[in-house]
Amino acid sequence: MNIFETIGSIVTASVFASTLRLATPYLFAAIGETFAQRSGLLNLGVDGIMLMGAFTGFYAVYATGSLLLGVLTALVVGGLMGLAIAFISVTLRAKQGISGIGLYLFGLGLSELLFQRLIGTPKSIERFPDIYIPVLSDIEFLGIGQIFFRQNLLVYIAFASVPIAAYVLRRTSYGLKIRAVGQNPAAADAMDVNVARIRYSTQIFGGMMAGLAGASLSVALLGVFQQNLTGGLGFIAVALVYFGRWRPVGVMIGALLFSFVNALQLQVGALGFDVPPEFSTMAPYVITIIALAFAGRQTEKPTALTVPFQRGE
Amino acid sequence: MSVQATSSSPSERIATLEMRGIVKRFPGVTALKGVDFDVHAGEIHALLGENGAGKSTLMKILYGLYQQSEGQVLINGAPVHIGSPHESTKRGIGMIHQHFMLVPSLTVAENVALGMPSGRGGVLDLKKISEDISQLSQKYNLRIYPERPVWQLSVGEQQRVEIIRALYRGAALLILDEPTAVLTPQESDDLFIVLKQMAAEGHSIIFISHKLHEVLAISDRITVLRDGARVNTIPAAGATRLTLAEMMVGRPVVLEYELPPPVRGEARLTVQGVSALSERGDMGLKEVSFTLYGGEIVGVAGVSGNGQHELAEVVAGMRPLAGGTIHVGDQPAGGKSPAALRQLGVSYIPEERMIDGVVKNFTVAENFVLKDQSDPPYALGRFFLRPRKIAEACRQIIHDYEVKTPGTDTPIKNLSGGNIQKVVLARELAQQPTLLIAAQPTRGVDIGATEYIHHRLLEERAKGTAILLISEDLDEVMALSDRIIVMYEGRAVGEVLRRDYDVRTIGAMMAGAGRGD
Ligand SMILES: Nc1ncnc2c1ncn2[C@@H]1O[C@H](COP(=O)(O)OP(=O)(O)O)[C@@H](O)[C@H]1O
Ligand SMILES: [Mg+2]
Repeated sequence: MNIFETIGSIVTASVFASTLRLATPYLFAAIGETFAQRSGLLNLGVDGIMLMGAFTGFYAVYATGSLLLGVLTALVVGGLMGLAIAFISVTLRAKQGISGIGLYLFGLGLSELLFQRLIGTPKSIERFPDIYIPVLSDIEFLGIGQIFFRQNLLVYIAFASVPIAAYVLRRTSYGLKIRAVGQNPAAADAMDVNVARIRYSTQIFGGMMAGLAGASLSVALLGVFQQNLTGGLGFIAVALVYFGRWRPVGVMIGALLFSFVNALQLQVGALGFDVPPEFSTMAPYVITIIALAFAGRQTEKPTALTVPFQRGE
Repeated sequence: MSVQATSSSPSERIATLEMRGIVKRFPGVTALKGVDFDVHAGEIHALLGENGAGKSTLMKILYGLYQQSEGQVLINGAPVHIGSPHESTKRGIGMIHQHFMLVPSLTVAENVALGMPSGRGGVLDLKKISEDISQLSQKYNLRIYPERPVWQLSVGEQQRVEIIRALYRGAALLILDEPTAVLTPQESDDLFIVLKQMAAEGHSIIFISHKLHEVLAISDRITVLRDGARVNTIPAAGATRLTLAEMMVGRPVVLEYELPPPVRGEARLTVQGVSALSERGDMGLKEVSFTLYGGEIVGVAGVSGNGQHELAEVVAGMRPLAGGTIHVGDQPAGGKSPAALRQLGVSYIPEERMIDGVVKNFTVAENFVLKDQSDPPYALGRFFLRPRKIAEACRQIIHDYEVKTPGTDTPIKNLSGGNIQKVVLARELAQQPTLLIAAQPTRGVDIGATEYIHHRLLEERAKGTAILLISEDLDEVMALSDRIIVMYEGRAVGEVLRRDYDVRTIGAMMAGAGRGD
């Protein structure tokens, strides 16, 4: 086998299809976190919310068999955790890095405890089925049908959320307020924008998206729950927001980069190549660090990130 | 056009506005002690006072950013409650803050749109807003491009955005908090024309300043605040700079100094073709040359950001030299450290006194000996401090320089700007320098302390010290200097001798008209 054949046997259409699939949790979590960060809130607890979303979503499906109820549960739980961290960051003006870590540990511990109490041994559930888009899913050319149009519902929603998020941030007065609050809250306040309300809203939205990200993992992607299911994926989502320079499209590019590496890992493992697993686990982090180190002018950077706001200095 | 003013004219919306017995208490300070103030349509009313007099606080109450502890606000005779900027905006009050309230990454149009209903269903209609902005900018001759992001604009342009935004929001009453602090004399004149036009249309204007000549030039009435109380309200016609200054300070003051002709000593500082990089990474200072002699004060004038800052730092050894030579006396001094320069008799009063001038959390005494703490008489050997000697010397300067401080062991950050600057000045002059570099020595310093610092500088001049005075306050430069070097875009674009001083010509050079001279 020459080198091209080797690459060809590894990078197949199915790798690209699973790249899109694996990007879902990154996308949900990072798009939500983008909104929070654009308004000036850093939530390092995304992974904790994801774990709780993953567990509660899974449990709802496990108990009732309803996928819809699973997703709704994850959204509500995520939203509540977002509300909690918003209260801590906005109203109590706590140090955001520390409280985020607290939230992560809370989610990690509680999801495990609930799992032990309510389920005990690993069980699997019926996952979100793949939806074949008529006509398009039959396109053979370059495997386009397989890659783009035979995915589950949450994959479609995740990718649809990218342009919607970009549009909301750029073109609506709500998005304008978010950007203003994240850059110069005093100016926004003087212009009659309710800084606290905007930040609460973005953080609750961020929480819901993180919850959804968790559910997409447990209910759509894997169909199982286990202790620390996310394995720190939520932290990568936070890094992706920096990587993408606080723009939804940039975040998506980063998410795809990471999920591509993940998909390759799976493929390489499946083919039985002998690559040290540490190597591929490391790759995403190395990419992030490099991307951050080469960050250019960041006009979209929310300069008031992590700075609590109080009127009158 | 403007969303809220369509219903009635500015003079109908706010014919009169009155503040009665306003008291504002902050934890530990009473910032306002029962202030009365009023303004009516078509009037420009100046609010004059020293730093800390309470001007901004009074106006923030009017704008709804602060709540008064006592007192009342009446619009057209009826008491109103203004709980937030939302309510003041609704009632037709607009405010342009001392620190601009713009979001740098947003465009002009987006900044104007912020917090306003626009378009349909929460979708921004930036095109409509841009058109409205263009109309307003034509009407008031305020040039502005709605699509430009704010971070690309000069401060003067940013101020125009603020004014247009206030007009767009239908302001009948416009409050401007020290609007000229960041402008060139020419830009200030342009602003005054706009304000007068607005007043003529029936707007009420409140103009905050501590610059006497401006207040006299533009206002109909003047209210002077001192220590949170109103001293008086007088018509501008008939008022003079001297009477106003006395009202502000509470005692007679001297505003103009007699400079005896300089007794020119030998060359103390020779700067030749000096260039230096700015923080932005470009060549902020370009091939500047001049010589400074003992016994004279040379002023450096210019709008903020035109190289003066780099010049001061490079001469003081705080910034690397990118080209050219510097001599102190006949010693080469380019690239020497501040400590080495000190040995050559150079003292430096830095622009950012809280960062480069003092250590905030150190006491007054510690800051006083900051540079010679390891020399006698303040140290034993090179290692042990002698606190008693230090305190003794410090008490002496507190007395000599009239520093207002509870004691020698008060953290210096608790002192007012003027008193901190006196400590810095005392420390630097205790060196008995032959060359003194004074960068913005009275920025944020009250008139009383300013007067004192000026006298000290003139005393040094009389002693034969060479003084390089870098200041953005043109009045100050003109009052003290024997000649003025004007800087524009990093170059020295002209030099003016004392007998030729004229605000207009110097102002024009500061704005770049001196290029090619
Ligand atoms: N938010 C605040 N908290 C505490 N003290 C304040 C606050 N704002 C202003 N002050 C105090 O009130 C006084 C008046 O300040 P200010 O209105 O800013 O004066 P001016 O605008 O005339 O320079 C000062 O002593 C200042 O320290
Ligand atoms: Mg003020």
